[in-house]
Amino acid sequence: MPQTTSIPTDAEIAAILAEHKHREGPLLPMLHALQAEFGYIPTAAIARIAHLLNMTKAEVHGVVSFYHDFRERPAGHHVVKICRAEACQAVGGDALAEETLAKLGLDWHATTPNGALTVEPVYCLGMCACGPAAMVDDKVVGRLDAARMARILTEAGA
Amino acid sequence: MKLYIPMDSAAKALGADDVAEAVRREAEARDLDVTIIRTGTRGMIWLEPLVEIDRGNGREAFGPVTPKDVTALLDGTLDGHGPVENIPFFARQTRLTFARCGVIDPLDLADYEKHGGLAGLRRAIDLSSAEIVAEVTDSGLRGRGGAGFPTGIKWKTVMEAEAPQKYIVCNADEGDSGTFADRMIMEGDPFTLIEGMVIAGLGVGATKGYVYLRSEYPDAIAVMNEAIRIARAKGALGEDILGSNRSFDMEVRVGAGAYVCGEETSLLNSLEGKRGVVRAKPPLPALEGFLGRPTVVNNVISLATIPVIFERGAQLYADFGMGRSRGTVTLQIAGNVARGGLFETAFGITLGEVVNDLGGGTRSGQPVKAVQVGGPLGAYIPVANFDAPLGYEELDAKGGLLGHAGLTVFDDSVDMLKMARFAMEFCAVESCGKCTPCRIGSVRGVETIDRIARGDADAIPLLTDLCETMTDGSLCALGGFTPFPVMSALNHFPDDFATQKEAAE
Ligand SMILES: Cc1cc2nc3c(=O)[nH]c(=O)nc-3n(C[C@H](O)[C@H](O)[C@H](O)COP(=O)(O)O)c2cc1C
Ligand code: SF4
Ligand code: FES
Ligand code: FES
Repeated sequence: MPQTTSIPTDAEIAAILAEHKHREGPLLPMLHALQAEFGYIPTAAIARIAHLLNMTKAEVHGVVSFYHDFRERPAGHHVVKICRAEACQAVGGDALAEETLAKLGLDWHATTPNGALTVEPVYCLGMCACGPAAMVDDKVVGRLDAARMARILTEAGA
Repeated sequence: MKLYIPMDSAAKALGADDVAEAVRREAEARDLDVTIIRTGTRGMIWLEPLVEIDRGNGREAFGPVTPKDVTALLDGTLDGHGPVENIPFFARQTRLTFARCGVIDPLDLADYEKHGGLAGLRRAIDLSSAEIVAEVTDSGLRGRGGAGFPTGIKWKTVMEAEAPQKYIVCNADEGDSGTFADRMIMEGDPFTLIEGMVIAGLGVGATKGYVYLRSEYPDAIAVMNEAIRIARAKGALGEDILGSNRSFDMEVRVGAGAYVCGEETSLLNSLEGKRGVVRAKPPLPALEGFLGRPTVVNNVISLATIPVIFERGAQLYADFGMGRSRGTVTLQIAGNVARGGLFETAFGITLGEVVNDLGGGTRSGQPVKAVQVGGPLGAYIPVANFDAPLGYEELDAKGGLLGHAGLTVFDDSVDMLKMARFAMEFCAVESCGKCTPCRIGSVRGVETIDRIARGDADAIPLLTDLCETMTDGSLCALGGFTPFPVMSALNHFPDDFATQKEAAE
């Protein structure tokens, strides 16, 4: 699912937070919902959450920054997560990842200059019997090779 | 004619959706009467996409099938594997926990019941709490999440705790590389996990459950959510379960990409909306868990095994296995292996049988060099120790760790120094930050291994010392067990550490 990048309004943020406020342990569901909607956690949301959940802004920020999933600025239009873990390494996943980064001229977590694609590491996608594996937005691909990866990058507009 | 095509995410990652679409189109063009049933996977991942056809006399297997094969598949001219149950990898298994996985439509509750589902719950409803807990204890079931703690004892602690609210939390964080059993059962037979959690709730007196499911598994999240909705709508979850006057409800909570959140106390913090920092024990989560209330935290496979124990009896389950490892182990054969997948069998099979006989050696055709057993915190075991039987104590005696029972195979091209470095790097990336030996030690570990790689032999004893410090000074197994892969690599494959040195000199 491509990420949207419009500037979220206060009302939009408040509506999302209100949906989760009643839950036990509402913070992660709130952060996931914000990121699903906006593609990142808007700065304006931090103060609102802090107020709503009786936390300090620093505490909320501490939670956001702890988890690899949450981003504080928009990613590229598509996100490709390449598995770096052992079972994929055993079938050449590390070489494939290095080649891909080199080809794009990117480091991990970076986005192509045209904003099309962000590349991230991931540690296991549960495809350990059919690696190398990657996840393109929400879609998992297995038994990757250089040709297949090249097609993925082209389709993503990198 | 019925066609069974998996909707498991590994099968989809290998093109199962395209095959299903090609079948649908081809059948329509030929005006054939074809029913396509999307199932979980049978677990023979090297054959995925695996399509089964039932023309009236049993399910015959074909795979891996590509969209191009579909014409021949429907013509009846495609070479296949014969009846699925006769494929040796499948025939040799004892499928208890995974009995329905790959067989039924995962979201068809009636089909689930037809295959033994809900029988365990119906039986549990007629038992007292103490009898439910005793049944689990008698089965000998130990936690499948890694530590192997007896499930019945954990449940008993929670049962005996007094509190206005108790919880069942399912640990579906499955972060270990080389493991996918949790994902497979959640995608292929989600009702069994739901049923297991309901029985746990009845046993300990909890009315609310959470499945903490990692965000890297979007398909499993979708299937579990849908299964919960269906179970609730059909009265197998929620108020007055199956007319019993008892209630239990549950929901999925999505993780956020932190490996350490698989550790149970870190998971509970995360569930509460905090940083996923590990808590010191005591207090045990069984007494002060989610929101400070008594909580059962169990792995997916532990909970998904509960229904079959109640359906078929604790004794039947306990009759499988060896020593103190009772029942079946759901091995996940992964990495560089010819026949990778899920293999459920009684405890006690040896590592060599699994890797060579079942797995068929490496995918590359090169000799096997090492197998990492038990995920990123597990030891690298050399071929010389392939006689090790897979059981908790048995593997421990060989300096190994069964963990979540993932086996990652490497061929002889692997550089064990690089794998040791990766283990330290992973620990550094995923450390929750609470203990210095884990947070800082792992960074030093990477630097020290880089020194060894550059030819500095003096760094080898430093690495050994560092590992000892991490083992002794870490609160949880992330910092405490990272030395297993590192030291096993160093001890069993000294050449990979020495050759580098000579090459550099
Ligand atoms: C760093 C770390 C990661 C862990 N990851 C998982 C995991 O992903 N899934 C799991 O079930 N247990 C995991 N565990 C083990 C849990 O702490 C806990 O023992 C388990 O959930 C208990 O359930 P069980 O008794 O059914 O195995 C992990 C432990 C540590 C130290
Ligand atoms: S060993 Fe590492 S992950 Fe575990 S509690 Fe300590 S710092 Fe956190
Ligand atoms: S190690 Fe890459 S998918 Fe598991
Ligand atoms: S952000 Fe999770 S430990 Fe690094």
